[in-house]
Amino acid sequence: MPVKNDSAIIQKSIYNVEKIRKDFPILQTFVHGKPLVYLDNAATTQKPRFVIDRINHYYEKINANIHRGVHALSQEATEEFESARIIIKNFINALGKNEIIFTRGTTESINLVASTFGKINVHEGDEIIISHMEHHSNIVPWQMLCKEKNAVLKVIPVNDSGELITEEFVKLISPRTKFISVVYASNSLGTVNPVKTIIDIAHQNGIPVLIDAAQAINHIPIDVQELDCDFLAFSGHKIYGPTGIGILYGKINHLEAMPPYMGGGDMISKVTFEETTYNELPHKFEAGTPDIAGAIGLGAAIEYVKKIGLDNIAAHENELLMTATESISDLKGLRIIGTSKNKIGVLSFHLENIHPHDVGTFLDFEGVAIRTGHHCTQPLMKRFGVPATSRASFGLYNTKEEVSILVNGLKKILEVFG
Amino acid sequence: MDQELRELYQQVILDHNKSPRNFRKIDKHTNFAEGFNPLCGDNVDIYLILDEDKIIDISFQGSGCAISKASASLMTSILKGKTVEEAEKIFNKFHLLVTDKLGDNPDIEDLGKLAVFAGVREFPARVKCASLAWHTMINALHNKNEKVVTE
Repeated sequence: MPVKNDSAIIQKSIYNVEKIRKDFPILQTFVHGKPLVYLDNAATTQKPRFVIDRINHYYEKINANIHRGVHALSQEATEEFESARIIIKNFINALGKNEIIFTRGTTESINLVASTFGKINVHEGDEIIISHMEHHSNIVPWQMLCKEKNAVLKVIPVNDSGELITEEFVKLISPRTKFISVVYASNSLGTVNPVKTIIDIAHQNGIPVLIDAAQAINHIPIDVQELDCDFLAFSGHKIYGPTGIGILYGKINHLEAMPPYMGGGDMISKVTFEETTYNELPHKFEAGTPDIAGAIGLGAAIEYVKKIGLDNIAAHENELLMTATESISDLKGLRIIGTSKNKIGVLSFHLENIHPHDVGTFLDFEGVAIRTGHHCTQPLMKRFGVPATSRASFGLYNTKEEVSILVNGLKKILEVFG
Repeated sequence: MDQELRELYQQVILDHNKSPRNFRKIDKHTNFAEGFNPLCGDNVDIYLILDEDKIIDISFQGSGCAISKASASLMTSILKGKTVEEAEKIFNKFHLLVTDKLGDNPDIEDLGKLAVFAGVREFPARVKCASLAWHTMINALHNKNEKVVTE
C-alpha cells in the first residue's frame, strides 16, 4: 500500500486541479455520452494547449530543416530545436547538452545503446542483467544482443509485492557481467525501484547501468549526476509531450567511445567515397532530419511540468493512488498486482473470474479509459499468474471524482458478472 | 446498462462465461489445435473426436474474456453431432455475422443461439475474441498443428 506523506497534505491546498484541467483541450471530450475520464496515463499522457500551440507555431511560422540552412527560418528552427535540448539537459541535470540525444522514444534509446555500446563491450560468454519487471523494450534488445554475441541474459527476481529482490541482484553479478539495464518505475506494477542502490553496487563492480525512466520521468525528479547512471532513456509522450520523440542521456565518455547507430545526414562532418568523419556529439547519433516539432514540443512539455512542479504532481498523484487503492481494496474478488510501499500512480488489479478486457469494455461505456492486457510485460504477468490485468494510471489532471467514477464502474461490473 | 453494451453482453453470453459447457480436455481426441491472441493473451485449446466426417465430441480449454469463453462454449454445444462440412458452413456464417458482412437485417435463424454474437459487430476490437475458438476449431478439423494466431 502506498504511504501517505505529509507533503501530500501540505500541497493539497495550492494544487488547483480544476485550473490545470482547463489546460488540456481533450478533457472536454465525451465518450459514449459520458465525460472522458482518462486513466491511461502510463500508456500515454494527454497534451496541454501550451505544447500543442508550440508545435503549431513551429509548423505555421518557422518550419524549416535544421543545422543546414543559412536562411532565417532554418536558423530560427535550429535555435528552438537546440533550446529544447538545453531544457531537457537542465531538467535531468546532465553535465552538458552534448549528452542529450534525440531519439524516437525509450525503445529506440535502449536499442541504440544495445547496438553500439553493447556491440563493442559485450562478447561471447559475457552477461547482461535486467529485471523480471522490464517492459518488452528493455528485454528484447538485450536478448537480441545476447543471441548475436552468444552472451547470457540474467534476470533479477521480483517478490510477491512486486519489488526487486536486491539480495538476489547482488548474487547475479559476476566478473562476466558487462551491463545492467533496469526500469526506474514499473509500468505494470507502479513499483519504484532502488535504482541508486543498484547503480552504486554496479559501479563498485565496474559495471555500467542504463535506467529506463519511461514511467519515472513525469513522477520523480531525476538528477543524472546524482544518480550517476551511465545511460537514461525516456519518451516525450509520457510527460505530456508528443509521441515519436524521446531522449537518450549518456555520459560523455561513453558516447564518445561508441560507434554511430545510424549513418546519414547530420551525423557526418566529412564524407568521401573512401571515408567518412563523424560529426561531434550529440549529432553523431542523430542521423537524418529529426522530429523537429516533436523535440520543440517535448521542450515545451517539460517547461509546463516544471511550472507545476514535479513534487506537487507526485504528491497529487500519490493522493489519488491512495484514495483509489483504499476504495477498490474491499471489492469482491479484487486483487491488486503490485503492492509495494513505494509506487508511482499506477494501480493494476485483477477481478476474480472477470477478464480485464470485459472490465475495459464496461468502463469504456462509463467514459473511463484504462489499459487492459499484459502491458508489454508478459514475463511479469506469468510471475503473478495472471494472463493480463486492468490498470488505472493517474496523471496531473485526474481528480478524486474520477476515482469515484472508476470505482462505481467496477461495482456495476461486479453486479453484472456476479 | 447501455443498449449497445447490453447487446454485446447478452444473458446467454454471461451465462456461458460463468458456466462454460464442454470445458474439459478429451484425453482420447483424434484432432487438436491451439489458438492464441498475442494482443490480449487469450488462448484456447480445441479437442475433437472425429468419426470419419462426423464430430462425435468436441471440447475446449483455455483462458479469455467473456466473449471468447462464451463463443467457445456455444460453439462446442452446437457443433457436437455435426459433419465437417456442416461445421465449416456454420463457421462461415458466424464469421460473416461478427465481421458485419451480412447486412443490416441478416437472416440468422439457422445460427440459433449463436445469434447472440450479433452485438460483437459494433465492437471491432472484440471480433477476434469471438472468432478465436472458431479459427482454432477449423485448424483442429484438419489437424493442422501450427498455432492459430489472431491479433
